Amino acid sequence: MQTRYSAHIYGWLLLLPAAVLLVAFTHAPMVSAFVDSFMSTPKGARPARFVGLMQYETLIEDPIFWRVLGNNILFAVWTIPASIALAIAMALLVNGKLKGRGFLRMAYFTPTVLPMIAVANIWMFFFTPDYGLIDQIRGLFGGGPVNWLGQQSTALYCLMVVTVWKEAGFFMIFYLAALQGINPSLYEAASLEGASRWTVFRRITWPLLMPTTLFVLINAVIGAFRLVDHVVVMTKGGPDNASSLLLFYIYEIGFKYWDTAYASTLTVVLLVLLAAVAVFQFTYLDKRTHYQ
Amino acid sequence: MNRALETIAAWVLGIAWILPLVYAFWTALHPTEFSTRFDLSAPWTVQNLVTAWNAAPFARYILNTILLCALVLVGQLILCTFAGYAFARFDFWGKTLAFLLVLVQLMIMPDVLIVENYQTLSRLGLLDTIFGIGLPYMASAFGIFLLRQTFKTVPKELDEAARVEGCGPVQILWKVYVPLAKPVYLAYALVSVSYHWNNFLWPLIVTNSVNARPLTVGLQVFASVDQGIDWAIITAATLITSGPLLIAFLLFQRQFVQSFMRAGIK
Repeated sequence: MQTRYSAHIYGWLLLLPAAVLLVAFTHAPMVSAFVDSFMSTPKGARPARFVGLMQYETLIEDPIFWRVLGNNILFAVWTIPASIALAIAMALLVNGKLKGRGFLRMAYFTPTVLPMIAVANIWMFFFTPDYGLIDQIRGLFGGGPVNWLGQQSTALYCLMVVTVWKEAGFFMIFYLAALQGINPSLYEAASLEGASRWTVFRRITWPLLMPTTLFVLINAVIGAFRLVDHVVVMTKGGPDNASSLLLFYIYEIGFKYWDTAYASTLTVVLLVLLAAVAVFQFTYLDKRTHYQ
Repeated sequence: MNRALETIAAWVLGIAWILPLVYAFWTALHPTEFSTRFDLSAPWTVQNLVTAWNAAPFARYILNTILLCALVLVGQLILCTFAGYAFARFDFWGKTLAFLLVLVQLMIMPDVLIVENYQTLSRLGLLDTIFGIGLPYMASAFGIFLLRQTFKTVPKELDEAARVEGCGPVQILWKVYVPLAKPVYLAYALVSVSYHWNNFLWPLIVTNSVNARPLTVGLQVFASVDQGIDWAIITAATLITSGPLLIAFLLFQRQFVQSFMRAGIK
């Protein structure tokens, strides 16, 4: 660069348009969610006023919040390992020589390009009592109709099934890419040693897939707290909040009851959860993923 | 023996994964009475598609979605190219901190800040506009990161050669960096369009009229308000909603899969 300052000036000028939007729609809202969580919700002519920790007291005493948070954690704990296990299985299956490999790859991946909203509508019909596909199959074995989406014990699990179905194929492609990057001589060495296939997976494939697993894990955790389209379509969080997730609850509080200050308080909780994921990634994971 | 078991497992999974889509086609292309009866002799019909198409302004919704995807993509390409170039090739004050602040958006996407972003949009007077739906996504941390990584692999000699010929920084970006990053742009574009074609919650919150509503929101309004439980028609509408992207995917499978792969493994 010609002068001492031009790199600074060019750098900032190039960054500026993106920076303005990033600040406006990511950083500023984070700060304002935090600020609003100490205020009351403005109503009519009454502006917001400082209420200290009142919103947080409401939060702690709000049984729905705890239920929704529990749901979301349960949702993450079930869907993430299930999606990852299936994704690895799929990748291993279609990485080898197999009849119809091209078709299978397509079948696994297709849900990724479908809108969750369309997927949810299709699955809703599967779960319909009596007429739906699941109850029809159960009917063949003498099972009675079950209101899968309408009863508390099953609604959340139905959403989990749809989520796993939608995400496993997406995660599969990252594993497929990783598998193709593994040096074949490692497998040759293992077969010379007479290692069993399980040993090969446990000692070679799994450790070498670790960076991919961690990448997928982070994405899956973020996804578990970010995607609620299926909740809106299939259950609306019901019955009695049995299938509500945190972001859906924020949506309800913010846009149905218009209690924006309390919605901000809930947003702060969500941000803290996501920040924990970020801290975990930067401190713990980055050190442990350098195998090669 | 093992091989055969694997093939069976792969096919069972494959059928389970494609079944909902096959079912959607079955229901949408047969009369309603066959929605729950699987009879191979059932007559085929496109009547459900026609009924759904006429029952809601799907043509307008498709136009809105295309405009939204195009607008977001153009915004992202311009902003992320400039920002990625800045991070890859310029040493400016506060660069490390600025980069960390950009990365924050990888974790905390605009999708989770719905309450605050709605207020911002309302203050800007952009509620119920396609521009308003797209604006929060235009500065994409993911895009900036992806392009920074790509630009960093461009040999500095090319950069210097262009400078010797008298090119300024923006000319160098346009003549050297952008052409070399073409595959990355394609990958990013496919991922971005897929995301915004399918995005739902934020457009649902921001829009309240036919003029701005994208397909996903249109489908939800249609399925929850206009129809009872005529599954044939609702499924036909879901096919209309997913159709264009699904067709594009089936035609350009390899590009799609490679794009998602490339975007994931930086």
